[in-house]
Amino acid sequence: MTTSAPDPSPAARPAGIPFILKKALVSAFVALVLFSLMIGIRTEAGPTGQLIYWTRFGELASIVAAVFGGSIVIELLRQWLGPADTRRIVPPFVRSGFAVAGRLIAPALLIFTLLVPVIFYDQRYILDLAILVLTYVMLGWGLNVVVGLAGLLDLGYVAFYAVGAYSYALLATNFGLSFWVCLPLAGILASLWGVLLGFPVLRLRGDYLAIVTLAFGEIIRLVIINWQSLTGGPNGVSGIPRPTLFGIPLTPGDDGLAAKLGIEFSPTHRIVFLFYVILVMALLTNWVTIRLRRLPIGRAWEALREDEVACRALGINTTTTKLTAFATGALFGGFAGAFFATRQGFISPESFTFQESALVLAIVVLGGMGSQLGVALAALAMIGGFELFRGLEQYRMLVFGLAMVLLMIWRPRGIIGHRAPTVYLKESQTISSDLVKEGHG
Amino acid sequence: MSGDNILTIDHLTMRFGGIVAVNDLSFVAGRRKVTALIGPNGAGKTTVFNCITGFYRPTGGAMRLTHVGGNEIALERLNDFRISKLARVARTFQNIRLFPGMTALENLMVAQHNTLMRASGLTFLGLIGTPGWHNAEKSAIDLSKFWLDRIGLLDRADDAAGNLPYGDQRRLEIARAMCTEPALLCLDEPAAGLNARESAALSELLLSIRSEQGTSILLIEHDMSVVMEISDHVVVMDYGVKIAEGAPQQVRDDPKVIAAYLGADEKEAIAVMEGGT
Repeated sequence: MTTSAPDPSPAARPAGIPFILKKALVSAFVALVLFSLMIGIRTEAGPTGQLIYWTRFGELASIVAAVFGGSIVIELLRQWLGPADTRRIVPPFVRSGFAVAGRLIAPALLIFTLLVPVIFYDQRYILDLAILVLTYVMLGWGLNVVVGLAGLLDLGYVAFYAVGAYSYALLATNFGLSFWVCLPLAGILASLWGVLLGFPVLRLRGDYLAIVTLAFGEIIRLVIINWQSLTGGPNGVSGIPRPTLFGIPLTPGDDGLAAKLGIEFSPTHRIVFLFYVILVMALLTNWVTIRLRRLPIGRAWEALREDEVACRALGINTTTTKLTAFATGALFGGFAGAFFATRQGFISPESFTFQESALVLAIVVLGGMGSQLGVALAALAMIGGFELFRGLEQYRMLVFGLAMVLLMIWRPRGIIGHRAPTVYLKESQTISSDLVKEGHG
Repeated sequence: MSGDNILTIDHLTMRFGGIVAVNDLSFVAGRRKVTALIGPNGAGKTTVFNCITGFYRPTGGAMRLTHVGGNEIALERLNDFRISKLARVARTFQNIRLFPGMTALENLMVAQHNTLMRASGLTFLGLIGTPGWHNAEKSAIDLSKFWLDRIGLLDRADDAAGNLPYGDQRRLEIARAMCTEPALLCLDEPAAGLNARESAALSELLLSIRSEQGTSILLIEHDMSVVMEISDHVVVMDYGVKIAEGAPQQVRDDPKVIAAYLGADEKEAIAVMEGGT
């Protein structure tokens, strides 16, 4: 398996017009067979209960034509933007333009993010959305350590998010501890749970690991629902204190920040403050992950994803390596959870369903496992895009699903599928996604 | 070669259910020597390797590794990663197990995990970036460069290991094992799939590892030219038992060995040999 060069078949695929036409014809024929009953014939119960039906060949023809045209368009796009090893018909100057854009996108995105509260100061909705996106960016970066680097498929990541959120909520409401004291505590508690989960599941691989982590996520949620005396059960915890700026609350009162600075109070101040808090937390996550990748532990995670047996033969303790991956991922999940609790002011078990785990995992997979920029872009696309199509109502999921299918056709290994080496002698060459393993063991 | 043995295998037995893969096998491997373990397919050679390197726990018997200072380690009591870490036994695999998505250099850096882990203060000092950590990282890169140079892959250091040609992957795996600075290097068919020229280069590399690094080598190999050229001592297995051992020349002329390889009984083998000469 290691001997063969990357499969040459995609490059050898005929790119000519006959091939595209043939493919489109086949697709159109499949569509004709499928839709002839679904769309071509319409049935209804008549007034006396008998079956009446009529044909809609016009609609059928337009659908088949759309499939035919769509197939040609998709095939053309696929050859343009296809995976790294397909022959491309994009002119070189466009490609070099893409390369420059690729290098500039991360700094540009960062500068834009820093300026979001300035640009959209009056638009509360956009600020709230930006905070939400950043929360998911942070969660994605946290899960990326477990799934992307260590290659352990974790379907219960929301459990750590929940532990973080409830840790802060309960510590703050019961003992009056401030957000900044609770933040590290929430992270530590979450990573403790990460280690607790890690111990029993370390023997499991692949699908089995995924199932157990999924169950763990559900267990945490059920415990929260049922342990009424501590967590308030389905009613949740309310009245969670807001974060302060070095002890100065952002309230309209005399001791509030606005009064101290001598400016007029505005509720937007708090939103902007929260925005920068989550931005700093997310960037910290990113910085730590990037550093960890270049340390022996990060390399061991990636080596574990590539080949666990070889790791053991090299004297790497795979148990502790997996545990540290779980703990690190959980730590960031816990931080994000504490932030979520302080932002909402109210948390209930409903916020920590499997849906959330799936969403964060989708962000990591779509972004390209192991890629920090890819995860950020995917979070922006998933959360931001989801809101963008809110106007389309019931078609929203359709558009969303279609977008995911298209993305997986063009970029089966995520938006940024290739891997950047952690150390190099002469030049850093990106490694094609064909060589990088996905792990899950 | 009595006295200075790095590895002593004593009545090693490995059973998988009703199948006895290795039956009461005893042999010694000399320090700074190349010991070859040969035998027909299915003789149990790789099982012995997996027992020595901790991937299997033997059903019975003892395996003793003696370090230079006289420090003895019972290998059957340690499990996989500790054998590499404490007993300093490194191995390669019959079907190459590199980290294909990591560069050649990264592969060698992963091999120095335990050294680097200590230097990075279990990650915490490395996260801050203390000078001690930077020095350790630099010397780790230097060691990797040394081995890349040794196997002639220095200019492909930044290529993904999975993109290297087969022969280079074989040598990279040996270099990776050597980066753990082992006392005993176990090679599982290092010449498999290599052409004659590459095999000759491999023999040279292994002999230089033995003489320059002073690493003892235990070798499974089917390529008899390699075995005959570099081995100091050959152990022959068939159906899980040792059928012969001795110097390469001596083993080669042993009718039992020839019989095992030909799948015939001893008398026939002798007849073949006499007829042939």
